[in-house]
Order: sequence, then structure tokens, then C-alpha cells
Amino acid sequence: MVAYIIRRVIVGLLMLVAMSFIVFALFMKNPVDPAQFSCGRNCPPERIEETRQALGYDQPLMVQWSSFLKGVVVGREYPADEKMREANPELVTECAAPCLGFSQQLQMTVNEEIAEAAPISISIALVAVVIWVIFGVLFGVLAAVFKGTLVDRGVVGATLSLYAFPTFFVGALLINFVAIKWGLFPAPGYVPIAEGGVGQWLLQLLLPGFTLAAVYMAGYVRMTRAFVLESMSEDYIRTARSKGVKGGKVLFKHALRAALTPLVTMFGLDFAAVLGGAIITEEVFNYYGLGKLAVTANETFDLPTIVGLVLLLGALVIVANIIVDILYAFIDPRVRVA
Amino acid sequence: MTDLSKTHEATPATGGAFLSVRDLKVHFSTSDGIVKATDGLSFDLERGKTLGIVGESGSGKSVSSSAIMGLHRGTNAKLSGEILLDGVDLLKVSNEEMRKRRGRDVAMIFQDPLSAMHPYYTVGNQIMEAYQVHNDVTKREARKRAIEMLDRVGIPQPDRRVDDYPHQFSGGMRQRAMIAMGLINNPSLLIADEPTTALDVTVQAQILDLLQDLQRDFDAAVIIITHDLGVVAEMADDVLVMYAGRAVEYGPCKEILTHPQMPYTWGLLSSVPDLTASTEAKLLPIRGNPPSLLNPPPGCAFEPRCDHVAKVGGDLCRTTLPDLTPATSGGNHTKRCHIKNADKVYEAEILPEIAPDLVED
Repeated sequence: MVAYIIRRVIVGLLMLVAMSFIVFALFMKNPVDPAQFSCGRNCPPERIEETRQALGYDQPLMVQWSSFLKGVVVGREYPADEKMREANPELVTECAAPCLGFSQQLQMTVNEEIAEAAPISISIALVAVVIWVIFGVLFGVLAAVFKGTLVDRGVVGATLSLYAFPTFFVGALLINFVAIKWGLFPAPGYVPIAEGGVGQWLLQLLLPGFTLAAVYMAGYVRMTRAFVLESMSEDYIRTARSKGVKGGKVLFKHALRAALTPLVTMFGLDFAAVLGGAIITEEVFNYYGLGKLAVTANETFDLPTIVGLVLLLGALVIVANIIVDILYAFIDPRVRVA
Repeated sequence: MTDLSKTHEATPATGGAFLSVRDLKVHFSTSDGIVKATDGLSFDLERGKTLGIVGESGSGKSVSSSAIMGLHRGTNAKLSGEILLDGVDLLKVSNEEMRKRRGRDVAMIFQDPLSAMHPYYTVGNQIMEAYQVHNDVTKREARKRAIEMLDRVGIPQPDRRVDDYPHQFSGGMRQRAMIAMGLINNPSLLIADEPTTALDVTVQAQILDLLQDLQRDFDAAVIIITHDLGVVAEMADDVLVMYAGRAVEYGPCKEILTHPQMPYTWGLLSSVPDLTASTEAKLLPIRGNPPSLLNPPPGCAFEPRCDHVAKVGGDLCRTTLPDLTPATSGGNHTKRCHIKNADKVYEAEILPEIAPDLVED
């Protein structure tokens, strides 16, 4: 098991290295000049050259990439050009390992950007995950138990129509009616736990959390319904019933337990994806999380931020995959021996 | 609880057999029409005796036994008739009452023990669950009982193996564990649905031996469902041959195996390889396939596959369903066939084909 995890981690790291190279290469082969963007619209040519040197865009692709990797491992200093650092020591910015880069546009390291935006995204993701997993599985089981009846059709239909609405529509609807017109919730705005306590934090996250959860919930309802129905038709369910086990226990101890395995797989990947930022939800509610950061970085051609975010998201998915695989061993005893 | 103990102590109403199934019908309504999986099945079984139910796949064997277990409750199956167990009609008791009887009074073991056991729980956990459902005991007591039962069914080192998962058991051991699970509450009726079909031949014999042994100890009535006449010959006191949801021949095991009077039974016998038979003996498969239960033939259900229709004459076989009537050889032997002198046809035509050496003697 340990050897297996180590192997998975090494493969994951190699994938991240490859990913960073691909992002770098794609970015550099782009017809747009990143130095121009970093410098601003009315930038004179010599300033552009200066910016190019400061960010290291004058170097060949391989050099830039290797100094990026070096920064991740041991940290680095900005501006990238050594002579410039010596000329203006007051401008030098330390970027400790794992340094993901320095954004000229925002005048801070990518690590700092992420440290600022990540708590917001993680908060929304946590609230959304709790909502969609609890209600998704609950409604899924309900639909499976009442298969073919009005309850089944109602639950599946309702979640599907919720899913069919675009996220920005659901979000805007919630803001305009629930928050502003009816005043049931305070106007959206992120409040950290340190400032407003858990209650305030949670209250401010319910609307965006629900908006994000609405998309995923439909999938979980359908999947849970299908997996529970499948396991309910298994022979071991008939065995449990013929032992005289009560209906509820047959459903939850025997059927749902077996349906858990595929759900955990889905959950791991989905959770990693929303941790990396819910772009539309954050945009609609104007929460400055990782998703909004990514959108801004793309609009302003902020290479270091984009590379940093891509790698972060990639790392999250890879880690989630490894965790899911390890979880399998706990869920399914047949995997444990291998 | 009060009504439970009342029904449990109820004395047999009619003084009939321990298990008495009367005109059992299990019909499923589908979008294509009504599927008559079991259509008017009757039999009796005493404690300590074994009934073998034989037939092809889809002949209604498993559906009938599931009906006795009450496993059709909550499905779209329509059941009618009577299933009297110790005088109580299992079709009339409430769902909760039936649940309490399941595993306690009536237990069932299934064909494929790998899929019949939950892959995520230990063997011990699953056996303990069967005990704890019906007995108010601590986990420790249930575990002790489970280890006892595993030991009783011949699992080596039961105190260690109790914590194994089903996939860590061999096929034979899994079926032993299933038997332990079925018998842990000392049920008065055990239904074994093709208990040896998924097992090696050598293991099959062990399992059958174990079942016989346990039946003696527990004095249980046993229904063994199989398509293997070898198993029937080994185990059963009575035999019920089923075809297309109906009994086509029913009687004492020895009588059925030596004087079968229904062409379908002849076909089953011809399909069994016999180790001691001469190499001239032929294996004669029954031609064709079992009829659709959705739209069964109007007369005898076996008529389309029967080689002996000409012996009856006229359209009788095609138009009229024969009744279950006493066989010419007497005894408690009944058969569902229009052929008048079936016994003679068997001796003259069938026996020489399947066991030529027997005829010469």
C-alpha cells in the first residue's frame, strides 16, 4: 500500500511538471506579447523592454521554464533579471518556495494571490459540497425507494430542471429575490470566520453555496438513484431480506454501502474541481475567489497567475485521485489485499 | 410481539402436513401481459423430510420458493392460494410478521454464495446479523454463536475465519458459511435453491452430505431446488417435477426415478449422464426450449416438445391441459399426462435407450 502511494505521488509530480511545461509553451507561442500586457496600454517601447527583462520574458522558453521549476523548489527573487535586481535593490521581491511566480499586474507573488483568494473558494466549495452531497444522496435514495412513483419523478424532475437553469441565472435570481427583494439573506459579500464568526461566515455562503450545489446535485441524485437501484437487485440484498433484516437496514446497511464506491469516485474529482474555484458563481456573487482570479488573469494576460492556478488545480485533482484510491481500500475489502 | 407469539403457538388448523402449499399461484403483470410463473402448485412436506423440486430454468422453482419466503412482497407479483406452515397461512400474515418469520422459521440458501454474500462485510458480521435480527443478544454472544455455527458446518479455525471477507473464502466454504447463516436460528424449514450448482463436483458431495447431516440434527423440513436429478436421488424423499409453472409429476423419490410417467421426466432422466452405464447408453437432450410463460400453449405445456403426442391421439394434447392424476403404478404418485399406459411406454421405449444394461437383466 505504501509503495503504491509513493508510486502514485511520483507519477502525480511528473504530471505536474509536464503540465507546467505545456502551459508555458502554449503561452509563449501565443501571438500576443505578454510584456506589453504586463506593462499596460500606454507603455513606451523602452518600458516594455524593461518589463520583458524584469519578468524574464526575454529568455528562451526552456530557461524560463527551468527557473520557474527552480523557484517552486527553492524559491526565487523578482525581477527575474539579475542585473536589474542589483541596480534597484529596493524593488526586489522575495518569493519563498514553493514560488509559483510574480504577477506584474497585481504587484504581488502568485502565492500571495492564492493565499488571499483560496479561503473564499474553499469556503464556497465546502458549503456547496455539504449541500449537494447530503441532498443529492438523500433525494437519490428517496427516488430509488419510490422508483416509478410520483415521488421519484418529482425529485428527479425538480433536480433536473434546477440543473437545466444556467448557474448565473440561478445565482442572479437568488440575489435579486431572496437577498434583495425579500431580504431573507444579507447582501452577498464574503466574511471571513475571523471577522464575523462561523455563523456570519456560513450565512454569507449559503446562497453561493446553493447556487454551485444546484449544478452538481442533479448528477448526484441520478447517480445515487441508479447505484442504489442496481445494488438493490443484487443477490446479497435478497440474502439480507431472507434473513429477516428490516427494510431500512437492508437499504442503508446493505444497498447504500455498496452504492458508495462509485459515489466516492465522483465526489473526489468534483470536490477537487470546485476547490479550484467556481468561476460563474464567484463572478455572480462577486466573491474574489480562485475562479474570479483566473478570469481576471486570463483577461490581463497574467502568465504567472495562470500558470500558478493551472498547477494548483492540477495538483488538487491529482491529490483527490490519490485520496479516492486510498479510500477505496477502506470501502471495499476486496481492494485491500491487492 | 403478542400477536407474534400467538400465531407462533397456533396449532395446525387442519391437522395437515407441517408445510402445506395449496394451489399456489404467482403471477407477474408486465406490459406484455400476465406472466404465470407459478400456476397452481400444491405439495406437502413434513419435518425431517426433504422435497426435491426439479425443472429447467424458468419452470417456476425459484419463484415458488421465494413465495414461501415472502420475498415477493413489495413487488408487482400477485400471489394466491395457501402456504400453510405449521397451520399458519404465510400469504395472510402481515409484512412485519413475515419479516420476523424470515430467517427464524423459514431460511433460504442460494445458488451462488459469492454474489449472495455482501462483499463489504465479513462473513462473521453477516452470520451474526442473521442471529441478532431474531435474538436480543450482545455482539459478543452473537459472535460466539456465529463461530459455533461456522465450526458446526466444518470451517477450519472458525474463530479466525469469522473475520474474513467472503472473497477470502473458497466456493465450498462460502456455501458452508451460507448454510451456517441459514441454520443459525434453527429454522423449521430450510429452502436450498440450487445449493451446489456453482460448486466443484467434489465439493458438491460434501455440501450435500453436510445438509443431510444438519437436517437430521435440526429436524428441519428441507426443500431442495435443483435441475440435477443426481442431487434429487441423493437427498430427496419426495420429488416434484415442475414444467412451465406447474407440477407435472409428484411423488416419492424412488417411485419417480424408477417409474416416471411423464415424457418431460423421461427427458430429464435421459439427459443425465450415468457413470456406471455402458457406453452404448445415449444422452438424449430434450429438443426445443421451454415455452413462454406469457403465452403458454393452450393444452399440455410440454406438447410442442413431446415425442409421444401420437400415442394419445387426436388433438387432446394440443387443446386440453391434463389434470394431475394418480399414476398407474399407484402409491402417492401423480402425473400430468394424457398417455394412458405411460409405465409401459417408459419400459419399452425410454429405458432401453438410457440404460440398456438394465433392461437385459
